[in-house]
Amino acid sequence: MVPARARVRRLTLGWTVRDSLTVTKRNLLTLTRNPELVVFATIQPVLFVLMFRYVFGGAIQVPGEDYVNFLMPGIWAQAVVFGAVSTAVGLAEDLQSGLIERFRSLPMAPSAVLVGRTNADLVRDVFVIALMCVVGFLVGFRNQTDALAFLAALLLMLAFGYSMAWVFAVFGLRAPNAETAQAAAFPVMAVLVFASSAFVPTETMPGWLQVFADHQPVTAVVDAVRALVLGGPTASYVVTAVAWIVGIVVVFGTLAVVRYRRVT
Amino acid sequence: MECMTENGGYAAGCRENRRDRATMQSVIPDAIEVDDIAKQFGEVRALDGVSFGVARGTVLGLLGPNGAGKTTAVRILTTTMRPDRGRASVLGLDVDHDAQRVRESIGLAGQYAAVDESLTGSENLWMMGRLTHLSQSASRSRSKELLVRFGLDDAGDRQVKTYSGGMRRRLDLAAALVHRPSVLFLDEPTTGLDPRSRRGLWDVIGELVADGTTLLLTTQYLEEADRLADRIVVIDQGQVIAEGTSAQLKARIGTTIIEAVFADPASAEGARTLLAPLGELTDADDGRALSLQVNTGPRSIMDAVGALERAAIEPLTLAVREPTLDDVFLRLTGQRVE
Ligand SMILES: Nc1ncnc2c1ncn2[C@@H]1O[C@H](COP(=O)(O)OP(=O)(O)OP(=O)(O)O)[C@@H](O)[C@H]1O
Ligand SMILES: [Mg+2]
Repeated sequence: MVPARARVRRLTLGWTVRDSLTVTKRNLLTLTRNPELVVFATIQPVLFVLMFRYVFGGAIQVPGEDYVNFLMPGIWAQAVVFGAVSTAVGLAEDLQSGLIERFRSLPMAPSAVLVGRTNADLVRDVFVIALMCVVGFLVGFRNQTDALAFLAALLLMLAFGYSMAWVFAVFGLRAPNAETAQAAAFPVMAVLVFASSAFVPTETMPGWLQVFADHQPVTAVVDAVRALVLGGPTASYVVTAVAWIVGIVVVFGTLAVVRYRRVT
Repeated sequence: MECMTENGGYAAGCRENRRDRATMQSVIPDAIEVDDIAKQFGEVRALDGVSFGVARGTVLGLLGPNGAGKTTAVRILTTTMRPDRGRASVLGLDVDHDAQRVRESIGLAGQYAAVDESLTGSENLWMMGRLTHLSQSASRSRSKELLVRFGLDDAGDRQVKTYSGGMRRRLDLAAALVHRPSVLFLDEPTTGLDPRSRRGLWDVIGELVADGTTLLLTTQYLEEADRLADRIVVIDQGQVIAEGTSAQLKARIGTTIIEAVFADPASAEGARTLLAPLGELTDADDGRALSLQVNTGPRSIMDAVGALERAAIEPLTLAVREPTLDDVFLRLTGQRVE
């Protein structure tokens, strides 16, 4: 028998990181066993690309820009926000299956369950964004700046996806089951994505909606990413976007951890 | 709280009595101590002042009907839920203030198998090893060892979603043992298993206990409590209604049971009228059968048989048996289990 003494260790940062990595690995394994989850996460954005590029695109005027170049940053944002719903669903499933109850009885770091989940969703977002870039190039998207700015744009988008995962983690922890988690998350993400500059310039919206659209994170991030891939002044856009992302992670990260400690 | 003394009578404060006995043997404190815990969900009092203790290396069976509060008690003791009031400790560590250290020494297999369906059996055990802070190599070797021990070595590389209910249960129990906990909590470990798998699991549990593990087991199967538990705590509606060994609980009822089946409902009815004054009639679900609880001792059996003889009512079958835990349970809670 392993003497009990040897295992009695304090939860240091090192253990928290290790526990988080273990849970990340578990969630990634789950993802590779259910590749349909990744496929579903990409079908919707691909449909939106086709719809907005070929169906509505002709009717949407954007000043001084090819619509397809305007569109793709919006599509990436849509893909990561919709993808973050699976964070809510995954956590709700783990709660329902009793797995989280078991985790809570283990000497692991409590935050590791949430960090491991959002980490895995970040990895999934890398795949989704890469795929959506390929789709973008196939339908005529062209980066107007240099490779470095393009890379920065994609990283910003991934960071935004990560922050959204924390938002939806709170939904997942509050929902009694996966279906409710999904149903509760849907209107939030729909409002965030559609009442934003993702698909059309906000100037075309009625005044009250424009006020909302101009002051919400999807618009902030999409505008910053557009500035990075289309050219023009970038600094203030990127600063605003990063501020939103950091703020969201801090606020919703705290909410999620507090909630996780309380759920029974 | 009331409970049983050795001779089957009642004694108030028997927890102290038991403690005294323990103190006489040694000064080792109980592995699990529960002192007046309560937990309320809205209007429902899931636990309402429950106290008991489990001596090191022994098995406590927590027995109760649906909704009695068994799972709530297990949750509080495994630190996943906080009591509204009262204190509980495991190995002398308070489950509330010292939760992190309690978690180092306990293992939990909850009421529903909590394993990751998408992972393989061996990946599930590896994950548990890592999360209980075993090294990579220790996690892997422990996983292999447990798969063999639970007869899952052939299925170790298959996703759990392909497992049968019994295999899932065994994996769930294995997952609770990865870090060799010295106190184990099993919440209805054999519910939903066929008799063979159940006996298999009993054997494994028996080995663990032989190795010195302290076990708290909840169950709805009296046979299981009878067979595995050193002591039994019966709870109902959040309160302890009896406590003692299986033999003590059976003795508490203080009766013998006479069971008879008659050729037709009419003679059964006649017998019922005749025997009613001699004891307590129960269990007349089938019109031709009767079951009579009488005071223990040959006199009451002779009286009953004599009464039937005089009235010339001859049963098809006639049996006398000692009470089972099921009878105890029925008597205590007014309902049957299983
Ligand atoms: N999280 C919860 N929220 C609300 N009510 C709860 C919760 N957990 C338990 N209860 C209620 O508390 C009571 C005791 O529940 P508990 O699960 O402890 O019973 P149990 O003895 O384990 O029953 P079973 O044999 O059905 O598993 C029940 O009435 C149950 O409905
Ligand atoms: Mg239960």
